[in-house]
Amino acid sequence: MKILLMGNPNVGKSVLFSRLTGVRVLSSNYPGTTVNYTQGFMKVSGETAEVIDVPGTYTLEPTCEAEQVAAEMFPSGDVIVDVVDATNLERNLYLTLQLLEQKKPIVVALNLWDDTKHRGISIDVDKLRDILGVPVIPISARTGQGINELVKSIPDATYPNNLPSSLDERWAAIGNIIDQVQHITHRHHTWYEQLEDASVKPRYGGFIAAVILAASFLSIRYLGESLIDYVFDPIFNNLWTPVLMKLSGVMGGGGFLHDIIVGKLIEGKIHFVESFGLLSSGLYVPFAMVLPYIFAFYFVLGLLEDVGYLPRLAILLDTTMHRLGLHGYAIVPTLLGFGCNVPAVLSTRVLESRRERFIAATLVCIAIPCASAQAMIFGLVGKFGFQYVLIVYLTLFFVWIILGSILNLFLKGLSPELLIEIPPYRLPPWNSIFQKLVMRIRHFLIEAVPIILAAVLVINILFVFGVFDAIARFTAPVITGLLGLPKEAITGIIIGFIRKDAALGMLGLLPLTAKQMVIGSVVLTMFFPCIATFVVLLKELGLKDFFKSSAIMIITSMAVGGILNLIL
Amino acid sequence: MLVRTLTELKANEYGIIREILGGASLTNRLGALGIIPGQKITKISSMFSKGPVTVQVNRSQIALGFGMASKILVDVERKSE
Repeated sequence: MKILLMGNPNVGKSVLFSRLTGVRVLSSNYPGTTVNYTQGFMKVSGETAEVIDVPGTYTLEPTCEAEQVAAEMFPSGDVIVDVVDATNLERNLYLTLQLLEQKKPIVVALNLWDDTKHRGISIDVDKLRDILGVPVIPISARTGQGINELVKSIPDATYPNNLPSSLDERWAAIGNIIDQVQHITHRHHTWYEQLEDASVKPRYGGFIAAVILAASFLSIRYLGESLIDYVFDPIFNNLWTPVLMKLSGVMGGGGFLHDIIVGKLIEGKIHFVESFGLLSSGLYVPFAMVLPYIFAFYFVLGLLEDVGYLPRLAILLDTTMHRLGLHGYAIVPTLLGFGCNVPAVLSTRVLESRRERFIAATLVCIAIPCASAQAMIFGLVGKFGFQYVLIVYLTLFFVWIILGSILNLFLKGLSPELLIEIPPYRLPPWNSIFQKLVMRIRHFLIEAVPIILAAVLVINILFVFGVFDAIARFTAPVITGLLGLPKEAITGIIIGFIRKDAALGMLGLLPLTAKQMVIGSVVLTMFFPCIATFVVLLKELGLKDFFKSSAIMIITSMAVGGILNLIL
Repeated sequence: MLVRTLTELKANEYGIIREILGGASLTNRLGALGIIPGQKITKISSMFSKGPVTVQVNRSQIALGFGMASKILVDVERKSE
């Protein structure tokens, strides 16, 4: 049996999915967190059933890629669990009626039931069940209330006869239903409802956005740096260094195997960035340079996501984003890109047109440095002074604006208009923010650490065989002539294809000036996405657009690198 | 009774949707969100320079682009001031 969880965006399908299957999936307080389906399993009356978390949709007539996925999934389901936001019954019932018309067995899960009381909403569940003719179960996916009843009701899933089938008829039917089952008591606006309104007003909204973004940036930096200074650096310097030195002694203090495993000794000591052995830089880069910022970034992002701020930022930035051929909601992929470009490219599925998806994905890959790259930029460029870090960020920002405007000018078509639902603010659900953070960090550890270690190993071996020297000679005119970097910098740029953090680490090995480090970081960020992003980009854009996007990346990165070399 | 486009409404003003001037695709998209003729709609805010308009319909807040908002006609009760 295949059970589909379907419903409007942002009604808690993913939270319910995690409850039912034990499979952890990302959930947030904004429409469009789930853009692809996730599969899991659960027991229904003693038998194993497949459960699918389907991207949210308002209708079965799709308007974007994520909704397309939902519409395509629908026929494959044996039973539909229609997840409905009980605090917004009216709007949610539209999809419910559409689903019921398709004559598939359905159970309605009235989620967020615990929220209805303090919002002054009362719903007559029995009456709603009688009218719809299918089981209706009030649940709270967050607390687990009603989940057992929901599972028990799945075998009773059914569909009624005689249903409306046009937009007007559906809304007329919904009007009737609401009159009969829902009663709302008036109550005063709470302080966060007033804050909700203020954050979408031009003046207050702009001020609130500036404060939130500045606070986010500062807290990421402070949190990341503190973790490095007070936790990870002491661990590596005080505990790990003696172990490595002992190992170095046992291995004779040098030689091929020694340099690969421990790394080259610099003035007789381990240098965690420059030694570049598997057990020195191979561990220090992912754990002590990148992980602290991954932690800090995803903690702050998770907070913004779950409170429900992102859609409001989208409204404020809509006019600006239109100049780049995007609408405001493209800020969601953009912000996700500051963590990792892979989910960012995937999340462009919430955008309506192909053109918009192309622009958004290309801009993310070029101008948005992922958390790993940023951590290394803070670490390596930051040691020359914070003003150089600022130059890197400002350059990328201008590239984002200028390249977006150029793409908007030359690509055929118009940018579609914004149409989004704005979720209510919710007080930070610490539990779910913490779970999400753990998921994202685990993902980093599983995906990134082995690749960084492999990169360090491969780099060492290629060095020994002089492969990089050969390439360096070949590319010297561009690297030295155009970008003003030493010809060895090509190794870093090549490794950038695998992972940006390892690549920036390679630049850290070279005796670069501040200016060279800035140019190197900018070019590395823009030049080409890392291999993981590369694969997703190819899948999402298709071969032709992927080549277009790649060509744009190579040309702009060289142009911008060249310009920086001239003006800095 | 006055007919206004949604863009002409001031913040916190409300009215009843009279008509949506647009093709089937716009009507359907807005319709799925509950923006249909006969529905009460309250304007919450609008951004500078033809930015998006935020409205309240039923119990949801929805932001829509200026172009879409200018295609939504609303009957507004003349308030005694």
